[in-house]
Amino acid sequence: MSDTVYVQLLDLAAGLVLVCAFVALWRRGLVAIVRALAVQGVALAAVALLLGLHQHDLETIVVAVLVFSLKGVVIPRVLLRIVSSSGESREVEPLVNVPASLLAAAGLVLLAYATTRNVVALDPSPETRAIPIGVAVALIGFFALATRRKAVTQIVGFLLVDNGIALVAFLATSGVPLVVELGVALDVLLAVLILQVLVSRMRTKFGAMDLDQLRELHD
Amino acid sequence: MTLPRLAVALAQALLVIGAAPVLVGVMRRVRARLEGRTGPSLSQPWRDIRKLFRKQRIVPANSSWVFSAAPVVLVSTAALVSGIVPFLSTRSAFDQVGDLFAVVYLLLLGTVFLALAGLDSGSAFGGMGASRAMTIAALAEPTILLAIFALSVGAGSSNLGAIVSATLTHPGRVASPASVLAFAALAIVTLAETGRLPIDNPSTHLELTMIHEAMILQYSGPDLALVELAGQMRLVIFLGLLSNLFVPWGVATTTHPLQLLAAAAVTLAKITVLAISVAVFEVFVAKLRLFRVPELLAASFVLAFLAVTASFFVA
Repeated sequence: MSDTVYVQLLDLAAGLVLVCAFVALWRRGLVAIVRALAVQGVALAAVALLLGLHQHDLETIVVAVLVFSLKGVVIPRVLLRIVSSSGESREVEPLVNVPASLLAAAGLVLLAYATTRNVVALDPSPETRAIPIGVAVALIGFFALATRRKAVTQIVGFLLVDNGIALVAFLATSGVPLVVELGVALDVLLAVLILQVLVSRMRTKFGAMDLDQLRELHD
Repeated sequence: MTLPRLAVALAQALLVIGAAPVLVGVMRRVRARLEGRTGPSLSQPWRDIRKLFRKQRIVPANSSWVFSAAPVVLVSTAALVSGIVPFLSTRSAFDQVGDLFAVVYLLLLGTVFLALAGLDSGSAFGGMGASRAMTIAALAEPTILLAIFALSVGAGSSNLGAIVSATLTHPGRVASPASVLAFAALAIVTLAETGRLPIDNPSTHLELTMIHEAMILQYSGPDLALVELAGQMRLVIFLGLLSNLFVPWGVATTTHPLQLLAAAAVTLAKITVLAISVAVFEVFVAKLRLFRVPELLAASFVLAFLAVTASFFVA
């Protein structure tokens, strides 16, 4: 694989990660949001795979396979199961409406580029130049966490933050050690499973998964 | 400004004026065929325009000069823009002044005049259509600017001809993330600005949903013919921008007559392919709710914004 092709593919995969974050903010259907997250997981795995192939590093390729199976397949399946069992398929009204949140996300991208300029300037290379995208995805994830009401969209926000951090980690370190990635991945899986249990408990208690209803404590 | 360059600009304007109604005829025919109808002949839009030119001109009682001026402004800005945009050759007469800002704001001038005319006629529908059209234009215009701007960062010039020549010399740029994002953004905006289906239904007269048709409801006779022609020309201009900015092969870089002929054939073919795909797309989609339109346009704005960011920071 020649260097220019490698750089183009890396840019394309990193760009896809960012576009998927925007799609997750843009769409209202929960199924569409989860699909965007799955595509983002695959793109993230592609970034890791490209890094591994470029550096002939078997460990990074194994990490890529792990990321693909976990973030591209397993977690989206779990989320889809939550969506289908809850019977609610739309984020009815986010706290910030969709056009405004898209524009806010665009602002967050600029913020990410502005704040990481010095980091990129330390060692300008094709990999580090894509780091702002990872920071931007993490910021968009925080934004989704802050403005979305449904439990599923909150999980999605959490996963966006995680994907952004993972992208920064891949690009900054040129491949995370397998042990670290394994630990993080299992943590995320555990968090999603706990949230799934939480959501199903919420549904049986309240008949909905709107987090605004969790205002008071009962015995 | 030399004579051959002036001839190129004139030829481009004539090409757009001549091709626009036929292209709309092609789109109507494709749609009709896919819906199982025979559809009108390809020259039907031209016949409609000819018929309208022979009819009497009626002006609403209390309208001002804006109402009469709007059709002329619409057609003349569209004709001027078609002289600037590199349809046939990158060497057009307006090469020095005709950059993307001139093109976008000439097109916006037409939009604004049509909205003013809608308000001027004093009918409830005209005002409603004008308000809706402005809602869309306010989001669409910055998107067009940003999308083309993403390409001009790579070319180092905001001149449309320079952008096309730069893409011709560096074909690898066509597949870059910035270019792909900018294409998606401009494609959505093209549908919005030309009043095509997910945003506005070009063939409806149902008062609750129409946007473009509501503004021109009071026009009749030659005025209506001009407005219709301008709308069709704008469609060709936008499709031509899409095809020639992102897939510029076939555009002549000289003013040689033979090259211009070849460029005309290739450009018309590209625009026709795009128009047919728009028509096919229209068969499969329903009109968006009006309140969802800003969401779609905000998404296209963000795509264009990301394209600029990508071309500025990554490349």
